[in-house]
Amino acid sequence: MSLLEIKNLHATVAGREILKGLDLTVNAGEVHAIMGPNGSGKSTLAQVLAGRELYAVTEGSVSYDGKDLLEMSPEDRAREGIFLAFQYPVEIPGVSNQYFLKAALNQMRKHRGLPELDAMDFLDLIRGKIEMMKMESSLLNRAVNTGFSGGEKKRNEIFQMAVLEPRLAVLDETDSGLDIDALKLVAHGVNSLRSPERSMIVVTHYQRLLDYIVPDFVHVLAEGRIVRSGGKELALELERSGYAGMGIVDEEETVGKV
Amino acid sequence: MTALAEQTGIWLDLYAKQAPGPEWVRAMREAGFARFAELGFPTTHDEEWRFTNVSRIARTAFRAGATEVTLRAPKGVEQLGRELEIGEMRAHPDGLRNGFEALNMAFTDRVTFLRVPRGAVIEQPIEIGYNVDEADAAVHPRTVIAVEENAQCSIVETYTGAGRYLTNAVTEIAAGAGAVVDHYKVQREGAEAFHIAALRAQLGRSANFSTTSISLGGALVRNDVIAVLSEGTEATLNGLYLANGTQHVDNHTEIDHAKPHGTSHEMYKGILDGKSSAVFNGRILVRKDAQKTDSKQTNKNLVLSDEAVIDTKPELQIFADDVRCTHGATIGQLDAESLFYLQSRGIGKHDARNLLTYAFAQDIIDRIKIQALRESLERGLFEKFHESPR
Repeated sequence: MSLLEIKNLHATVAGREILKGLDLTVNAGEVHAIMGPNGSGKSTLAQVLAGRELYAVTEGSVSYDGKDLLEMSPEDRAREGIFLAFQYPVEIPGVSNQYFLKAALNQMRKHRGLPELDAMDFLDLIRGKIEMMKMESSLLNRAVNTGFSGGEKKRNEIFQMAVLEPRLAVLDETDSGLDIDALKLVAHGVNSLRSPERSMIVVTHYQRLLDYIVPDFVHVLAEGRIVRSGGKELALELERSGYAGMGIVDEEETVGKV
Repeated sequence: MTALAEQTGIWLDLYAKQAPGPEWVRAMREAGFARFAELGFPTTHDEEWRFTNVSRIARTAFRAGATEVTLRAPKGVEQLGRELEIGEMRAHPDGLRNGFEALNMAFTDRVTFLRVPRGAVIEQPIEIGYNVDEADAAVHPRTVIAVEENAQCSIVETYTGAGRYLTNAVTEIAAGAGAVVDHYKVQREGAEAFHIAALRAQLGRSANFSTTSISLGGALVRNDVIAVLSEGTEATLNGLYLANGTQHVDNHTEIDHAKPHGTSHEMYKGILDGKSSAVFNGRILVRKDAQKTDSKQTNKNLVLSDEAVIDTKPELQIFADDVRCTHGATIGQLDAESLFYLQSRGIGKHDARNLLTYAFAQDIIDRIKIQALRESLERGLFEKFHESPR
């Protein structure tokens, strides 16, 4: 049985249809890259999987580990092992990163029937993960993402992923806004979390990230549908020809030429 | 009989039945009551009271009551009470701005009168507690604190009680030149209580003054804060008000920049739920002489229900031309993106809402310099937001 099975997914935001019949199957341990131009529906897919209410699913089904994902609240999806690394991580003034992450982890543990961790056990558990992400430990005491640089925010997302150990991670343009050093660091974090039990969907506009996080499958999303699927070489082809070379309109590129 | 005469009648009775006091007390009472007879209770026709209807107070037949006073004055703080000393401090009846302040003077009884002598540095906070547990009691606590030149202290006033009653408090603080004063007022009155309170702070040259108003209880609450600054004075006015059910909380502040080079920072935050209502009115007066004034005012409101109402109004009156004054007010709900972010990490919607609400209030709590007070408020807020059913 596959971990995630998306069939004919249609989703709208504010009455506008963004996803128009998307199909995708992800098995345990697989890394799928979803590439596509701006406006193709990449981020919508990521948000719909995480349960953002802003998006209405109008047709189709998503089954996750044999359950109807669309029936589940965002928190239940997270507790069942879905993790979304946000394209724009949200700043939450007044809530410390450490308090937030400990509360999140304990929710997961409670859901799995494990005892909750106290502050000391929690610190022991995260120590190695902080080092892996080369995070300043002072970031733990600061408010969630508040005043973090773009790179720090993305690192913080992957750090959270390392702590929460999801079964399905959805990385939404985790490469956007990162310089090459930050990108390598984030990719290293992601790669160290790859395992036969953990699946990933890596959403990106650019092929660059896929040099560092090498996917098993690449899908090209255009106008709310997957129009091509292949192995990692598809990303290279896309890099050479551009979206336009595949006959796909990229809003960003179009704007550039005007 | 006119409405005013009717109101005065009830209070005249209480006024006349007061135990006789020394001559100076009688003089204050007389002056106060004469002023009350002139002013009566404010109505919503008064601009200052437009959104706060006190007719429930005016209609209630209160009884004379006593407030239990708990005073913890650390070593070095002098407790006074004699006529001569209080005479220097007492407000002139003409300065009484409304019927409540006049009534407070008309019912002058025990005054908590403290002095922090010149240059004294008082490490431990001065703690003053006022508690009422008599039904239908009207109490008029008065606190007068003189902090002399270059002295330093912190003051915590706490108001508590149970049942329906009226606390009508006036606090006066005079800070001498170079004095450093941190004042906190924690209002945890009972759910049916009426709480009307005025704080007047007269601040000397280069004094550094802060006041933090935490308003948690009470059915109808009105806080007036008036700070008058001198040259180079730095004043901070912070406030946090939480209202639920049908609670009404009105915060009126006035920062009077009378002299040049004064700085004032004001940050008031409110959280409203249920059918509660709140008012914030922040007046900043920069007089002609007060060049180089630097003033910043912020009022932020978090509205958790569709039925809660907030009226917020900055009131800047600037007569000097070389000043920097900024103000801003926001009214908002919990941020949907923040909620989703927390939920996407497995934190349930109810907990996520509480966490964000708590975080909103935390900002004010974090500014409290007395650790024990900060921790007690943190615990109180944490429990409130983690247990309240929604």
